[in-house]
Amino acid sequence: MQSRSWLMRPFGERSTLIFLGVLLATMALVTLLHVAVPAGHPLHASAYTVNLFGKYLSYALLAVAVDLVWGYLGILSLGHGAFFALGGYAMGMYLMRQIGDRGVYGHPVLPDFMVFLNWDSLPWYWHGFDMAGFAFLMVLLVPGALALVFGFLAFRSRVTGVYLSIITQALTFALMLAFFRNEMGFGGNNGLTDFREILGFNLRSSDTRLGLFLATGVALALGYVLCRAIVTSKLGRVCVATRDAEARTRFLGYRVERFQLFVFVVSAMLAGLAGALYVPQVGIINPSEFSPLFSIEIVLWVALGGRATLYGAVIGAILVNYAKTVFTGVMPDAWLFALGGLFVLVTVFLPRGVAGLLALRLRRSGDSDASFSAKEAAA
Amino acid sequence: MADGSRPCPHARTWSTLATPASAQDAERSDDTTAQALLAALDVSSFAAKGEAIEAIVRSDDPRARGWLQALLDGRLQRTDDGRFVVVLDNAGRQWPVEDALTGEALGEMSRRDLDRIGINNALRNQLRSAIAVVDLYAADVGLRRASAERLLGEVDGDLAGPLAEVIEAEPDARVKERLLQALAIYRLEQGEVEAIDDLRGSLHPRVRVALARAASGAVESRAAADDGPVLAEEARRALSGIEQKLKVNRAVETLYFGLSLGSVLVLAAIGLAITFGVMGVINMAHGELIMLGAYTTWAMQQWLPGQPGLALILAIPAGFLVAALAGIAIERGVIQFLKGRPLETLLATFGISLILQQLVRTVISPLNRTVVTPEWMSGSIAINDALSLTLNRMVVLGFALVMFAALILIMRRTRLGLEVRAVTQNRAMARSMGIRATRVDILTFALGSGVAGLAGVALSQLTNVGPNLGQNYIIDSFMVVVFGGVGNLWGTLVAGLSLGVINQVLEPWAGAVMAKIIVLVFIILFIQKRPRGLFPQKGRAAEG
Repeated sequence: MQSRSWLMRPFGERSTLIFLGVLLATMALVTLLHVAVPAGHPLHASAYTVNLFGKYLSYALLAVAVDLVWGYLGILSLGHGAFFALGGYAMGMYLMRQIGDRGVYGHPVLPDFMVFLNWDSLPWYWHGFDMAGFAFLMVLLVPGALALVFGFLAFRSRVTGVYLSIITQALTFALMLAFFRNEMGFGGNNGLTDFREILGFNLRSSDTRLGLFLATGVALALGYVLCRAIVTSKLGRVCVATRDAEARTRFLGYRVERFQLFVFVVSAMLAGLAGALYVPQVGIINPSEFSPLFSIEIVLWVALGGRATLYGAVIGAILVNYAKTVFTGVMPDAWLFALGGLFVLVTVFLPRGVAGLLALRLRRSGDSDASFSAKEAAA
Repeated sequence: MADGSRPCPHARTWSTLATPASAQDAERSDDTTAQALLAALDVSSFAAKGEAIEAIVRSDDPRARGWLQALLDGRLQRTDDGRFVVVLDNAGRQWPVEDALTGEALGEMSRRDLDRIGINNALRNQLRSAIAVVDLYAADVGLRRASAERLLGEVDGDLAGPLAEVIEAEPDARVKERLLQALAIYRLEQGEVEAIDDLRGSLHPRVRVALARAASGAVESRAAADDGPVLAEEARRALSGIEQKLKVNRAVETLYFGLSLGSVLVLAAIGLAITFGVMGVINMAHGELIMLGAYTTWAMQQWLPGQPGLALILAIPAGFLVAALAGIAIERGVIQFLKGRPLETLLATFGISLILQQLVRTVISPLNRTVVTPEWMSGSIAINDALSLTLNRMVVLGFALVMFAALILIMRRTRLGLEVRAVTQNRAMARSMGIRATRVDILTFALGSGVAGLAGVALSQLTNVGPNLGQNYIIDSFMVVVFGGVGNLWGTLVAGLSLGVINQVLEPWAGAVMAKIIVLVFIILFIQKRPRGLFPQKGRAAEG
């Protein structure tokens, strides 16, 4: 194992292989049920279902990003929704520019909401987003840059623990207020919507939706492997050490804040990528994605699935969001009760989440996962 | 309508001033004269109506004010058979009316049988000043005051002479000053430089308008032609003096609003300062405890309808109790199992906050409830023409300070405070000294929660009481506690008040939302510079 490059190391792990296998199988199954089974058949996966799965997978990627910083770095970010939303807005701006002159007002360059606000030219930060390459780069760079500046300031001053949680929450709250303003040039309250096509494909066709679902699956697989590679590398070991005893790690001579900053930025970029994949699938991005409630919900997915496992984050994201889809459809009033109850039950009775239960069974059968034993040592 | 029959306090009436000879010893107009007076209004020419109004004013009829007011409101109407009535309520088709002459109720009449006496804008202005003039003789100081207010900038040549005499006779200093100003505006318009002396220092907008007009040279000086610039110069000087005063006033107002906002922040945050700062427990449901306090106030007012003041007073202990009990339930039910795991506590209490919010939505209503402000808390204290301080905000500010002082006393001077501080500093040592740490935990949490309930009672007087009430304050409260320095009640006070003032100072040029964003970013940056807040804890306690 040691001889292989760090990026290839995850492929030597059983948990990663199982995860990738399950993910690929799911993707193949959904595709098959969508394409091969005729519409009307009970087993047919409708475009809606495909879309829903695509949405879940982008949430899963977001959860992986949060687990990377919370599970392995001990930083409880209550503001990861901000990075997700920024990535989403970058993608939304690209999709907005793709509408061209087919908007309601038919302006060749300006999006509808700017015409509505009587703006006569594009704000400077909207330039370049008509090019897919530039926009997709911004999906990573904008959240990354924010994380870099914020993280640099925070980690340098050794702001940790609940303090960091609270100021990340303030960060996303401030961004939410800012994006609600029309003057910001991001569509204010309504956000960006009415998208038509991405890279020339019609967003409303079911083929494009399938494509987006598959792309999200691939992104999740890559993101997962990248995160595993990071946490199993030497750098990842330092991160875990930081999580468990920050002061001791620092005394051993590690520049703790640099490790924290690196991982934080990577996580923010992954969250941005998740947001960018989310937006074309739901067809809208508005400031509510910045709401502190959403960010804290992400943390619940991770907590329910199990911290510091990565696959647990994926399980948690899908479970909670599936429950949300069911609940809000059947009895919308009960959803907040269920969500609130989950928060309490998981933290009090299931501190290791669903993955903890799984790992318990695995350990009984004699197998021991590397990250699990690391966590054991921490506890 | 009915208040037209006040006796003249000065034994002089408008009519004696305006037409000294004719009406001096006139008896009360009999109904025929009155009918004639009103009939004169029932013409199509607005000019003729204007004269008829003059006649009514001069008539010295005690019902004159009622007629003028009804005419102004469009409620003075003529029936088909030529009688004049005052419409009391013009909703629907059948209108209740009363006789304009006798004041007796005539029951309901169909709107079709009534003819409104129409007026135009010029008449409306004339009516307003006519009513003001009539009111100048009212026995009630309040009415005279209001009338003097209305006369500012409305004085014309006909009024100026009589007004001077009224001023002489006026016993109330404030009414007198107002009337002097009203007269001075007229004199200024006529080009009298001396009039400016009477206007200097007044903050009333009308006075400023008049001075600004004079300062721009729009007013011809009455004295020699080369005095024109002198008048404009004088006016300009007076105006700049007023501007200076206004600036001070605005600063005071900003400070007041800032302190008021700050007191709200302190109220919301102080309970958190106890649970988070002293116990180290992150209670995300703190906002919902505030909400419970606010709903307790609402419930009290439902229980005691018609006595909002008493209900509010009773809500203070009730709100404390309700929130404190809820706090104990949260502590016993959840937090005690998560000791030493602050991040998990944060998540679990957040879950509780969601449940409480939804509970209120389901059980009570998702809509905002109205909490009545008792009479002794509504209204405002007018410091001068440009500055008035609302009473409810002042009461809340005072309440916050009293609550803060009480908390400081509890923490410093009581057995509980001593034990809390001991457990905070060294739990194991405190326990071995015989302090029951678990009991202290419960009591501290109950205290912090109860204080949140009190904050809710106070907030119900300032904002809407709804399921989202708590959510709106939780982030701000954490910001205040972190900014002030965790574990330091004084820090919370200073941080809350100063953040409130900063917010209000920024608001005029940045807008409300932007001001809030700037403050948030400021705190985020401040925490980087001083991670332990304004007043960091020193020594061993800081290492926790």
